[in-house]
Amino acid sequence: MTAAEKYVAAAYLVVFAFVLAYVLIIGTKLQRLEREVSELTELARARRAEREELLVG
Amino acid sequence: MVAAVALIAYYAPEDADQGLSQKIFYFHVPIALTAYACFGWGAWKALRHLWKRQPGADLESYVAIHHGVIFGAMTLITGSIWAKISWGVWWAWSSNQLVLFLVLFLFYSAYFMLRFSVDDGPQRANLCAVYALFGVALIPVSFLAIRLANDFIHPTVFTSQGPQMSDSMFLTFCVSWAAMLALASTLYRVELAGKRLDARLRELRELLA
Repeated sequence: MTAAEKYVAAAYLVVFAFVLAYVLIIGTKLQRLEREVSELTELARARRAEREELLVG
Repeated sequence: MVAAVALIAYYAPEDADQGLSQKIFYFHVPIALTAYACFGWGAWKALRHLWKRQPGADLESYVAIHHGVIFGAMTLITGSIWAKISWGVWWAWSSNQLVLFLVLFLFYSAYFMLRFSVDDGPQRANLCAVYALFGVALIPVSFLAIRLANDFIHPTVFTSQGPQMSDSMFLTFCVSWAAMLALASTLYRVELAGKRLDARLRELRELLA
């Protein structure tokens, strides 16, 4: 591998690494949002169950 | 993006002067132009916020500037690699375009210091919008610096006589730029959707608390 080939490969790898890091960060964030949605859904279900119990009682 | 990489690898001819290292041009320049576009879009959204009070324009401006800084960092790193192989140095302080691009990059990097040092609210949105608008003045200065000064280090490819390259090189460059703009646009939409969803979930959490 010549010096030019190494530098060109390095430049392209930098771009690839940036995009990969960005996608990983966004992926982690989406996982957190998914977790939060699940928590809020559980909370909403619990609230509805409480309301229904009060109505029955 | 795949088409751009394929054209760079198999279609675009090697430069007579620089040889293989010139292939960095097909990513380096589109990334730099995309960074300018992101900063410009961020400033446009900042203007919309100040002028029309467009809802969400502050967030859109912030996300665009965030991407401008990411693409700016990639421009500086790929440019440094290209400089090392072409000029033998990682950086040349004598090149106006390099220094002005660094100034532009640092100016917009400082935008985040401002944004995160002020509490969330209309004041922060207004301050950030004014800052983003000031920065946009640096874009034409940075872009035209090489043409206004006698900068012999950094090459000028696009002159008043048109692009100084063969048709196949120009086609590859255009496809690469389109790919980079598409990438930036996709990342912008994804991040914006994430941030909007985050804000709505926070609001929902407060309502359910």
